[in-house]
Amino acid sequence: MRIVHYINQFFAGIGGEEVAGAPLEERSRAVGPGRLLEQLMGEGAEVVSTLVCGDNHAVENEDEVVAAVIEKVRSAKGDLFVAGPCFEAGRYGMISGAVCAAVEAELGIPAVTGMHVENPGVDLYREALYIVDSGQNASEMKNVIEKMAALALKRLTGEPIGKPAEAGYLARGLIKDAFVEKRAGERLVDMLMAKVSGEPFETEMPASSFEATPMPAAVGDISKSKVMVITDGGLVPKGNPDGIRGMAATNWGTYSIEGRGNLESEDYEISHGGYDTRFVEEDPNRLVPLDALRELEEEGAIGELHNEFISTSGLANPLSNTRRMGKEMAEKVKAEGVDAVILTST
Amino acid sequence: MVQVTSALPIAKMIGSNRTVLGHGIVHVAGDPSLLPEEEKNLRRKLVKQAMTALESEEKE
Repeated sequence: MRIVHYINQFFAGIGGEEVAGAPLEERSRAVGPGRLLEQLMGEGAEVVSTLVCGDNHAVENEDEVVAAVIEKVRSAKGDLFVAGPCFEAGRYGMISGAVCAAVEAELGIPAVTGMHVENPGVDLYREALYIVDSGQNASEMKNVIEKMAALALKRLTGEPIGKPAEAGYLARGLIKDAFVEKRAGERLVDMLMAKVSGEPFETEMPASSFEATPMPAAVGDISKSKVMVITDGGLVPKGNPDGIRGMAATNWGTYSIEGRGNLESEDYEISHGGYDTRFVEEDPNRLVPLDALRELEEEGAIGELHNEFISTSGLANPLSNTRRMGKEMAEKVKAEGVDAVILTST
Repeated sequence: MVQVTSALPIAKMIGSNRTVLGHGIVHVAGDPSLLPEEEKNLRRKLVKQAMTALESEEKE
């Protein structure tokens, strides 16, 4: 079995922050934590290539580094790709997540990495990857590599991976069908009883936590501002030209309202599986209030209405998806010189 | 940015800073029980509320 291992400058023993700008280099043997990995992967396992890169260089040149890593894994004929473990090192975690995701997608071989749950790489890649929970402490290296090796072997042999807590990886937010002994009502009462008597219990639906977003500055004078409408209610032109899915949408669309005083029902449809869409289909202004906005624009209460609106479908969507789409939309809004956005949400 | 929504608890949970309460999940900027002219007035009022919120530094 041919393993390719990605590590940063620190774990390669080159140095710390002073050499974080070091470019990607390759060594044709196991280095640092890779030596232990090689042992634990069992007979016949060999780290044929160790890719070392300084964290600053990697994060500043992510696209380039990711492309170079893919090429190196390809030419090394790797069967397995491992990155890290990264513990709390944020830049290391972000690039490890990026290279693992890219190697899996491009080359179709399993990739495994390890990080502390607070590492920013977890937030970005936990849904896409198996990330072993490394904890914060690099002195736990041996334990962590053991878990990573066990997970990697399961992935290579096709053995069932098991639940996150059992196999030692961070929950990916995937839902899997399984048989259980007790029905939902009984499990719920058990949890409630445990809760009121102060005993430990495990929720089946952990709530997501969200970082606080700073409040954007107010618009000075709306009568001099360019306003744009965005909606997550899934309003699209008839035929849904961008193929926006009604659930867990992965894309969004921009649709012209130039020269329109209001939205006619025969021109639009809804792609959203999460609400009764009849009322908006009957009158799309009930979601994108174009008729009212046009009046206010003509009266001079609004400086200018941007001549297109953005739409996607906000339902059961992984956060990594919605964050990406939000960023893309913000870039578009900025590029169009829009001063204020009215977001209508269903 | 201002978010017009009838699902305020969700907007608050995810940290939306500027919100205006809509007129229902299934018709956030409308009310089918009204006559067309009344409904449009309601919509105008809602958009004006959103505009006021955009000009305000107050968290609501």
